[in-house]
Amino acid sequence: MKVPVPLKKASVASLLRTPHFASRMPSVPTVDQIMAEERATAFTKRSIKTSTKLAGLKMVVSMMDLTTLEGKDTPGKVAYLCRKALQPADPKYAVPPCAAVCVYPNMVRYARRFLGDNSPVHVASVATAFPSGQFPLRTRLEEVRRAASDGADEIDMVINRCAFLAGDHAKVFDEIASVKEACGPAHLKVILETGELVTYDNVRLASEIAMQAGANFIKTSTGKVSPAATLPVTLVMLEAIRDYFFATGIRIGMKPAGGIRNAKQALAYLVMVKETLGDDWLTPDLFRFGASTLLNDVLMQTAKTVDGNYQGPDYFSLP
Amino acid sequence: MKTKHKAVFRRVSAKRAVAKVASLPIVPLKERRLTFGNRWDYVPAPEDSKNYVIAPRHELFINGRFVPPSTGKHFDSSNPANEEKLTEIALGGEQDVDRAVKAARRAYERVWSKMSGRERGKYIYRIARIIQEKARELAVLETMDGGKPIKETRDVDLPIVAAHFFYHAGWADKLRYAFPGRNPRPLGVAGQIIPWNFPLLMAAWKIAPAIACGNTVVIKPSKTTSITLLRLAQIFQEADLPAGVVNVVTGTGETGTAIVKHPDVNKIAFTGSTEIGKQLAQLCAGTGKRLTLELGGKAANIVFDDAPIDQAIEGIIAGIYFNMGHVCCAGSRLLVQESIFPTVVRKLRDRIQTLRIGNPLDKNTDIGAINNKPQLEKIRALVQSGADEGAEVVQPVCKLPERGYWYPPTFLTGVTASHRIAQEEVFGPVLAVMTFRTPEEAVERANNTPYGLSAGVWTDKGSKIFKIVNQLRAGVVWANTYNKFDPTSPFGGYKESGFGREGGVQGLAAYCRQD
Repeated sequence: MKVPVPLKKASVASLLRTPHFASRMPSVPTVDQIMAEERATAFTKRSIKTSTKLAGLKMVVSMMDLTTLEGKDTPGKVAYLCRKALQPADPKYAVPPCAAVCVYPNMVRYARRFLGDNSPVHVASVATAFPSGQFPLRTRLEEVRRAASDGADEIDMVINRCAFLAGDHAKVFDEIASVKEACGPAHLKVILETGELVTYDNVRLASEIAMQAGANFIKTSTGKVSPAATLPVTLVMLEAIRDYFFATGIRIGMKPAGGIRNAKQALAYLVMVKETLGDDWLTPDLFRFGASTLLNDVLMQTAKTVDGNYQGPDYFSLP
Repeated sequence: MKTKHKAVFRRVSAKRAVAKVASLPIVPLKERRLTFGNRWDYVPAPEDSKNYVIAPRHELFINGRFVPPSTGKHFDSSNPANEEKLTEIALGGEQDVDRAVKAARRAYERVWSKMSGRERGKYIYRIARIIQEKARELAVLETMDGGKPIKETRDVDLPIVAAHFFYHAGWADKLRYAFPGRNPRPLGVAGQIIPWNFPLLMAAWKIAPAIACGNTVVIKPSKTTSITLLRLAQIFQEADLPAGVVNVVTGTGETGTAIVKHPDVNKIAFTGSTEIGKQLAQLCAGTGKRLTLELGGKAANIVFDDAPIDQAIEGIIAGIYFNMGHVCCAGSRLLVQESIFPTVVRKLRDRIQTLRIGNPLDKNTDIGAINNKPQLEKIRALVQSGADEGAEVVQPVCKLPERGYWYPPTFLTGVTASHRIAQEEVFGPVLAVMTFRTPEEAVERANNTPYGLSAGVWTDKGSKIFKIVNQLRAGVVWANTYNKFDPTSPFGGYKESGFGREGGVQGLAAYCRQD
């Protein structure tokens, strides 16, 4: 039987060998754990005060994918979430809406109904057997198609960690590419689940595979595995995005998710983006936070910065 | 059949996906750059300095008391970040040095050398704790006096200063275990001369091991940075350190020479320029005085093509721009494997654009002021020589403050080993970037310098690290990191970088007689 030119296993290798990497430089650079962590810590040392803090907090809200991913999610819960995303705080604080709500595929239609068609808040859906990904590709792709046709603007898929850790990087690549195809016009965020990849070298390689395979965003975690997003892991991914930009001219987005619970942490992430990728990435189009409890802490800090005093948690509506 | 179907399926989907990616906006090659602008800028965040008052005049610290100098003269000490006068410092003369040495001798013979190691240790522990308690104040003073960013004085200088006193306090009653089978005894009076780049840290490096071993000290800070050492003298008073154990004589180079020439000094320890070091070596020759010198450097930072590249960039930055490059072990010669040279230069270009230059008291400042005017002029002259000899000078787009001494972080490409900028120590934020092709060449070029204080190696391959570091003639070699200091680790140089070690057991040996 006539088989077309084999692209199967060679696909990643050949794609990674772009002209940019044509020199003796290894196709994917290695990462030194100690220095990467030291650099990440340095971003937390920036002193963010007054007007910088206020502008930063509002930017954080505008970059937030407000998330609920629980078995007990209902249309009612999704309505709470959507309203909160549209109007996070009292209008006097001039806080922008969140970037998106992030829900399970079954909740997409409710979110879409609540938000309407031209909402400033996007609908993002996790898919591909989130969070484990341990399901047949066929059903995973079906999930993606359904979520997209139900009205999801963005699909957050998980990579096949089983294949990745077993060394079948080509399979990881091909699956991401298939999901990208199934997304249609929807944007694709690729969750690496860095807590299961463990080493920064793995994170760097997985980032490269995801970007090459068609990701619009790369995302750290599902939030269901600990550790979720950390500063150093995000830094390693930002550095991968930076190299990819210089190699291809394409700007890939970044989304740390899970584990970012307070405003101070979130501002440290902004500092890192500002000083690693620069102004062009300081936009919800290219940087997102996946979070739920973070939002009200950011709002409390916003109110404190504006009014000069702290309010109790009951002064901020629950999502 | 099934597998074949799968193969076709994967191929098609991958192709379409890549096509879709290709339809994303692609920035043309020439426009691919990062913008480090002010979409979200940091407002100034100055460390509060108004609670720390600097006395209008500082006297000499001799025999446990602050006394005016015999010369009757004082000189001005100013803040290099704005050229404002901070205080007046006593100009110590030969008579003052003699008084200080006599006080030190008396304290050595009557008190300090007779005291048990355990008792000495108690005093040193107490000093270390007071330093920790006053760390913020000392950091602010150090920043105002020397132009160093508060981020560094707060997070690097002061913690290591305290660590040196703690570490050596621990040795005070355990010297016999440091030199098994020997009978370590103190030398007597140690004359110590320290530079302006790490005023308090160098004082700690010198004083802590000396007094832990039972010696007494006459120490002279650099003319431009005396304030923190005199504040440390107050801490010695608070700690009830017996009078005369540590004496501080401020002044100029002549004051230092007087210490070195004094016949009743048993040991000289100097950190500073190679030129002065050579003069001191001549003065000490034949006198029986022990001498340790920690002098200049022109360290090679070697980056192989298999290095963790983004972390290596951080190491290069830390290696040369830490403390405005006023570091004797600064990694001022970057040796990059030629195959990754363009990538490294591109990344360095972006990285120096994110360094923040300005008010050293601002907590977000990465690069502070150049310590003094002659040094600024020297840096300018050397960079100019590089440009004249055909190198390309790369500097960030940044505004420098109008007053004070400032120089932007700089690197030069197109440099060869025959450029002046590749041979002479700049002692400023200036990096000479050169290339190599093979590990052998890297080692040969790294060693091709009259200095030999430090070096750095960046590679992901452990075996390569061990092979290279054993061939480098440098006192300290860092692998996949740079500018890391710890009191347990000896520090010192080869060749024109001096002799003797500071820190660790080896550092103690410089302050003990072991016969």
